[in-house]
Amino acid sequence: MARLTNCDARPVPDSGERYGYFEHDADIGIIGRGATVEEAFEAAAAAMFAVMTELAAVRPAQTIRVEFEEADIELALVRWLNALLAAAREHGMVFAGFRLERDGVVWRGSASGESWHDALERGVEVKGATLTMLSVRQTAAGWEARCIVDV
Amino acid sequence: MNLASLSQVDQWSWSVPLAPGECRAEVRLYGSCDLLATMDDKVLEQITNVARLPGLAGCAMTMPDAHWGYGFPIGGVAAFDPERGGIVSAGGVGFDISCGIRCLRSNFDLAEIMPQARKLADILFRNIPAGIGEEGDLKLGAEELDEVLRGGAQWAVTRGYGTADDLEFVEEQGCVQGAVAENVSPQAKKRQRGEMGTLGSGNHYLEVQVVDRIYDAAAAAVFGIRPGQIVISIHCGSRGLGHQIGTDYLISLAKAAGRLGITLPDRELACAPIKSPEGRQYLGAMNAAINCALANRQILTHLTREAFARVLPHAELETLFDVSHNTCKAEQHTIEGRQKLLYVHRKGATRAFGPGHPALPPRYRDTGQPVIIGGSMGTGSYILCGTRESEERAFSSASHGAGRAMSRHQALKKWQGRQVIDELAGKGILIRTRSMRGAAEEAPGAYKDVDLVAEATEQAGLARRVAFLRPRICIKG
Repeated sequence: MARLTNCDARPVPDSGERYGYFEHDADIGIIGRGATVEEAFEAAAAAMFAVMTELAAVRPAQTIRVEFEEADIELALVRWLNALLAAAREHGMVFAGFRLERDGVVWRGSASGESWHDALERGVEVKGATLTMLSVRQTAAGWEARCIVDV
Repeated sequence: MNLASLSQVDQWSWSVPLAPGECRAEVRLYGSCDLLATMDDKVLEQITNVARLPGLAGCAMTMPDAHWGYGFPIGGVAAFDPERGGIVSAGGVGFDISCGIRCLRSNFDLAEIMPQARKLADILFRNIPAGIGEEGDLKLGAEELDEVLRGGAQWAVTRGYGTADDLEFVEEQGCVQGAVAENVSPQAKKRQRGEMGTLGSGNHYLEVQVVDRIYDAAAAAVFGIRPGQIVISIHCGSRGLGHQIGTDYLISLAKAAGRLGITLPDRELACAPIKSPEGRQYLGAMNAAINCALANRQILTHLTREAFARVLPHAELETLFDVSHNTCKAEQHTIEGRQKLLYVHRKGATRAFGPGHPALPPRYRDTGQPVIIGGSMGTGSYILCGTRESEERAFSSASHGAGRAMSRHQALKKWQGRQVIDELAGKGILIRTRSMRGAAEEAPGAYKDVDLVAEATEQAGLARRVAFLRPRICIKG
């Protein structure tokens, strides 16, 4: 479920440290990193939307909220990413700032961005986040979330 | 791919020997030595995983254009028997349900459109919503969208998009049976609201092509194509609705598989028995998405005709064929000497019914089904026809495209969009796109050699080459 509100999602810095990519023949592997699972998921969302446009150019004009229940932490990553894709398409928007909080199995997130317009770079549309090469794991540096997104 | 791990069946097909104690069905890889050698090892891993799924009939197969996908490899074909616990897999269809190609033949030759080519490219680009963030003019409410999901291209024709003549040359006459609009989530329907009649992005395109070479004159005559003739190919799918159905059912089927005791070698192979409530529910939704895709390509056909009419008032664009390449379809096949109803998954693979198949329109009954292998925007595409041999070898399936040879990330490092567009312009190919990044990712050099794929498809007996098409205008998503 997504709804529009005032902005409170934080922009994820366009940094190779926070998010990145791994090779896949036809689609794209995304990686998000953070001190917590939630931060890693926020960074993964930035990685995904950076495939579609240049995030730095997106104004945080509106914020949408999403909420879902998921006990499986890896499936939660896929649910989060797909909820954002659905909200973006439903509202004709592109997002650049993300915030996610977890309360047990309930995940509440928000994403800020604006409607598509001619000044925004058009990248490639992400159709969905997949379960292939899906992993959410703790590393020495924090948490890392990754999966392949279908483009 | 290391060919040493394979066993060669004949010059154009390979199998994978069973490891000691390994329990799975047979795997068959179609292609030349060169094509297989350049495939990622993940293709082998993924199709071997498919061969472990319950109720597989015959072999799990890859077509000559196969590449690494998610769950199934792209170019993967697998048929499942509902009477032996066979499954339907959301990952075996993918997110872009019923992505496919509508091919139109025109009454013009290249020389006739050349003086107007730039104007035609510009008007097509204005008339066809293409690329991320672009919406169509048609906005449908929930009730009317349900009619689309039940009626497919037939619905579009009743709304004035095209003619009844188109429908004869669309698979299932433009409307697949078994669509259940109620199995499609409200979210999926919301995502589709502004997306009817849109091309999408990535590898989707609308191309104006010239028939460059004829391989089979008799079949070409039946298909109504001749050297120098202009044809149009529209490559797109079920848009946001299909993407959301894929999303919705991927996780629900992954969880259902666990409940039903199905061990998934890769969770993306999310599946349920065809006869289970979960399996039937997915099939109803997936068939609804197929109808959505068929309607979408029918509307785009109409928009293309509108654009041509503004530049070339006497233009006549007839549907040559419309074929999907991301589907699971219930089909009758002969296996082990018996006729059976099987659910054939083709993910990045095209149906290729041979001569005499009862599903074909009378015009193509003696030649076999037109099969379209879409190439890159700089090289070209092939029209082939289905063969009887393909029924035995691959449940009547064939390649669907050139297949990527390098990742999008690698392509972006190697090319710039403007450079690609300028180079193609120098070769007489006009590109219109809103995405410079997309143009770089779709650079012709990022794809396999479509000539080798088409040749291997023919030599493997999957389909026979009829014509080669060279692009002149490409509206890129």
